Amino acid sequence: MAHTDGVADGTEDSGRASLLYDPKARGLFFQAVLIIVVAYLVYSGISNAAGNLARAGIASGFGFFEERAGFEIGQTLIHYTNDSTYFRAFLVGLLNTLMVSALGILFATIIGFVVGLARLSRNYLIRKLATVYVETLRNIPLLLQLLFWYKAVLAVLPNPRETGLEQGTTVLWTLNNRGLYIPRLIPEAGASAILIAVVIAIALWVVIGMWASKRQMKTGQQFPTFLTGLGIFIVLPVLTFFLTGMPFDVEFSALQGFNMSGGTVIRPEFIALLLGLSLYTASFIAEIVRAGILAVAKGQTEAAYALGLSPNHTSRLVIIPQAMRVIIPPLTSQYLNLTKNSSLAVAIGYPDLVAVFGGTVLNQTGQAVEVITITMLVYLTISLLTSAFMNWFNARVALVER
Amino acid sequence: MPGIENANPFAYVSTETIPQSPPPTAEKGVAGWLKKNLFATPRDTVLTIIVALILLWLVPPMLNWLFFDAVWTGDGREACLGEHVGACWAFVEAKFGQFMYGRYPVELRWRVDLTGILLIAGLVPIAIPSVPYKRENALYLLVIFPVVAFMLLTGWPFLEPVETTRWGGLLVTLVVAIVGIVVSFPLGILLALGRRSNLPIVKTMSIIFIEFWRGVPLITVLFMSSVMLPLFLPADVSFDKLLRALIGVALFSSAYMAEVIRGGLQAIPKGQYEAANAMALTFWQGMRLIILPQALKLVIPGIVNTFIGLFKDTSLVLIIGIFDLLGIVQQNFTDTNWISPATPATGLVFAAFVYFIFCFGMSRYSAFMEQRLDTGHKR
Repeated sequence: MAHTDGVADGTEDSGRASLLYDPKARGLFFQAVLIIVVAYLVYSGISNAAGNLARAGIASGFGFFEERAGFEIGQTLIHYTNDSTYFRAFLVGLLNTLMVSALGILFATIIGFVVGLARLSRNYLIRKLATVYVETLRNIPLLLQLLFWYKAVLAVLPNPRETGLEQGTTVLWTLNNRGLYIPRLIPEAGASAILIAVVIAIALWVVIGMWASKRQMKTGQQFPTFLTGLGIFIVLPVLTFFLTGMPFDVEFSALQGFNMSGGTVIRPEFIALLLGLSLYTASFIAEIVRAGILAVAKGQTEAAYALGLSPNHTSRLVIIPQAMRVIIPPLTSQYLNLTKNSSLAVAIGYPDLVAVFGGTVLNQTGQAVEVITITMLVYLTISLLTSAFMNWFNARVALVER
Repeated sequence: MPGIENANPFAYVSTETIPQSPPPTAEKGVAGWLKKNLFATPRDTVLTIIVALILLWLVPPMLNWLFFDAVWTGDGREACLGEHVGACWAFVEAKFGQFMYGRYPVELRWRVDLTGILLIAGLVPIAIPSVPYKRENALYLLVIFPVVAFMLLTGWPFLEPVETTRWGGLLVTLVVAIVGIVVSFPLGILLALGRRSNLPIVKTMSIIFIEFWRGVPLITVLFMSSVMLPLFLPADVSFDKLLRALIGVALFSSAYMAEVIRGGLQAIPKGQYEAANAMALTFWQGMRLIILPQALKLVIPGIVNTFIGLFKDTSLVLIIGIFDLLGIVQQNFTDTNWISPATPATGLVFAAFVYFIFCFGMSRYSAFMEQRLDTGHKR
């Protein structure tokens, strides 16, 4: 009870202090009051909700999960029709959220690191360009940026017939106001062998890396792990591809009448959301990267040069490992922000968790309490899992002190 | 060693100082700057040329769109249609009143203007460090101004009432942001102190509260306050929609504020707490006089960043049907009188510019305050 009121009044000169001034008693009293207030709020909230729901004739409980959803979803990763259940719709929304978040994190990290390094460049033009990028995107709301990409850039693209394509001629890719059309790979028998080859290549890469670092510890000899691993990663699947007799059929898209047919379409909602999320978060990551690198003392670079390390080795072995320690904690919260911000999809109509579940399902069932609670719990779980993972990663790269 | 100058045995040693030569021309002036900043190495030169080409490709079309090809006057969409037409500033000009005030009655907009002037009159002197009477100024801003602003904006109880559903535009953006800031700051301090408290229940509850709000997106919070909150209230109590959004935003940002302030509290050495106790200060006295002034000063950048984030996040209220600046701009895209390919881009660029001014201004001011208050706590 270090900070609560002490018994320092001169008037209490002898014997026990009055109960009023006893820090323990006061602590207990305040906590009891707090519990009573919170319990009352929760109780009255629940009883009000029960009354209101009964009056409005809204069912409660999670039975609605098994009912037929009866609405279409524009983009689905798993099989879904309007005959599917609400639970299936929930899964579709959740997977869409996870996909856009994962891709957003990937792109935001790449762009963020590039821009962050560019801000430290010796080159005036690059430095200033990166500063303008960061200051502009950081100070404009993400929602506005999403609407900008969606309504001001992608929606005013020409429609398929105006892009100058010939009827029926296939193209490698085309961008119009229906989305980005790219070829579709249709796997045939034996295609799974390639997937297996990829897995084996990754496993080999890891094994080689472990062997190389062990050997370096023992003998001091280095091994080009990255290049070898990359080579295996490329060669093995390609080799399997040809050995199994090219088990993929490629379908190109072509203009048919007023619309495109064939190929895979990436919808404008998805493009806008991914662009907005990546570019916006990248501006924050760039600042984190810059701060992390500046946090490494200049003496470290000088010491590395004094030991005869090349500039390349200096940044790879001395600067980056130390900068990462500063970078990782704020980077984690940026990843979490990106995941939470992906819920802005609802504004541009990308079917993420909030749009599908918190929007359509809520409107159809009217079960606001259950639906919103589940939505919040999902995000809470994602947040806690991500931060647990990043804490583990952070502990691994943290400074090992004596 | 005397005499060495007289009898110099080394004839080839100069006896007078050679005057300093000017630096090589490649190291000074414009040429030197160019060499150092743009063409230091072959790689730099290549990069410079590439970036310059990209800029040449990007900037002129942008300038054309923004200024040279833009339509500055016109009464409808016809003015902004055409092959090579840039931004449709006539749209912004025609809708400017709505963008600022929403559907606030035109003849009553002086009340909004007056509120704005009163706010600026309070903010400017408190922002300039050399102006005296800071205490009175803060009292005005935190107590008198909110009451006056409330009475002016709603009209209650003397003036003609204006429903909050008619508010909109920048007015709503500022109301949500300022209420969020003013409420979340003290609430954040309380939560941060609660999280560091020794009382187990206070601590647990603070942690749960903070982590819950930080773990969910603001949209779900707004959905909750607009859809779920009415369910939890007695049937006869009905809340204003704007007020519900305000509650959501304030609770949400107070959790973020609490974490920032906690960072500051943790950075204060333990001796300061002990010294406050040794001086026989009560908990609140110690906090008010010793700990918080130091802790808050340390985290000014974080606090301002939270404010900036909050200001940007106010745009989310459009999703629950409140027409803030972005909401009203977006709503006007559907005005048949102004539908044109350039309208959405123009409106959004205008809104972006307004948000940018506020956020960039706040971040510059924070940098300035950080410098001024830097009285040596860096270790």
